[in-house]
Amino acid sequence: MSIFEYNGSALVAMVGKNCFAIASDRRLGVQLQTIATDFQRISKIHEKLYIGLAGLATDAQTLYQRLVFRHKLYQLREERDMKPETFANLVSAILYEKRFGPYFCQPVIAGLGDNDEPFICTMDSIGAKELAKDFVVGGTASESLYGACESMYKPDMEAEELFETISQALLASVDRDCLSGWGGHVFVVTPTEVIERTLKGRMD
Amino acid sequence: MGDSQYSFSLTTFSPSGKLVQIEYALMAVGSGQTSLGIKAANGVVIATEKKLPSILVDETSVQKIQSLTPNIGVVYSGMGPDFRVLVRKSRKQAQQYYRLYKEQIPVTQLVRETAAVMQEFTQSGGVRPFGVSLLVAGFDADGPQLYQVDPSGSYFSWKASAMGKNVSNAKSFLEKRYTDDMELDDAVHTAILTLKEGFEGQISSKNIEIGIIGTDRNFRVLTPSEVDDYLGEVE
Repeated sequence: MSIFEYNGSALVAMVGKNCFAIASDRRLGVQLQTIATDFQRISKIHEKLYIGLAGLATDAQTLYQRLVFRHKLYQLREERDMKPETFANLVSAILYEKRFGPYFCQPVIAGLGDNDEPFICTMDSIGAKELAKDFVVGGTASESLYGACESMYKPDMEAEELFETISQALLASVDRDCLSGWGGHVFVVTPTEVIERTLKGRMD
Repeated sequence: MGDSQYSFSLTTFSPSGKLVQIEYALMAVGSGQTSLGIKAANGVVIATEKKLPSILVDETSVQKIQSLTPNIGVVYSGMGPDFRVLVRKSRKQAQQYYRLYKEQIPVTQLVRETAAVMQEFTQSGGVRPFGVSLLVAGFDADGPQLYQVDPSGSYFSWKASAMGKNVSNAKSFLEKRYTDDMELDDAVHTAILTLKEGFEGQISSKNIEIGIIGTDRNFRVLTPSEVDDYLGEVE
């Protein structure tokens, strides 16, 4: 069994009109046994930048702590928040540092950049960046998520519609993956507010 | 440095609380050729004398003003070889920043890191402080900026400054002539006039060097013919 499938995860981020949404499942398992049903996979870096980490949970937690550390130092030195593109490059560099003993994580980064332009990207566990204009996915449910997003996504959705779309895509996909599920966690971020919602899906 | 006889720091405090090596380093700067910088509303200009020891020296091979990144340039007063070492280190730091963040390093960050290097050499075993003061000129998201970095590692942001031999005359001249809304071209003229003040001999495009950066955010050293044009306008 692959180390990436040890804990199970599902992550998706989508671009809307001057906003973005990032969503994850809530299951934390140890192979077939479910340990927690309220696991946080998406974390905030700053008001307009969120990162979700799929894959091995311990690596996700440690990597997140390292990234917050780097970002806090950056904020103190440069007296400004990091732009999402800059942050993505930093994550990529940090992951590649461990090229021959990597973090078993797949990050999904979503943020609002200059002029509140939405930015999303994902990368593999050794830092190969993949930018997208519409959606990015990650985790054990990624194949189902690709399919669901491809069919449900439309460009320039407003915040409410984006929330509905990303939630439906997430819940539909995790039902096809035994290692992820137990509800969902969705963040919808616009230039003025952040709305965090919990979804109730099939609790299995 | 290990067990060497010189593994202690040569920059040690005197009873009066001064670091004498740094004072001496500043004297080395003070006897170096004059250099100056002026921050205009839409750019920065840095300039220096380029007095060569003999007419046989190929002046095109000597470049006292160097660029650190496409949008940051630097000039010095003091010891040329020390300057070259600092330029090399700063360029490397700027590139490391770019590799990490894929963003050009902000001027303040580069100045801070260069100053940190200079400070290290005042508190390490077996080394001496750098015998140069730098004038760093750059243009980034925070606009045009001019910084001076001293051998001690302290740095200051200036609207206009001078260093080297004729520093007090040059600074009083700049104080009289400087205005906040100066354009880049006016700043170049003022820079030339300031250099002329303490110049021994005839000023020409062969014995001064001028570097500018404007809103295009591209630092460049003026060619001798461009310098001649500005000199003509000033006469």
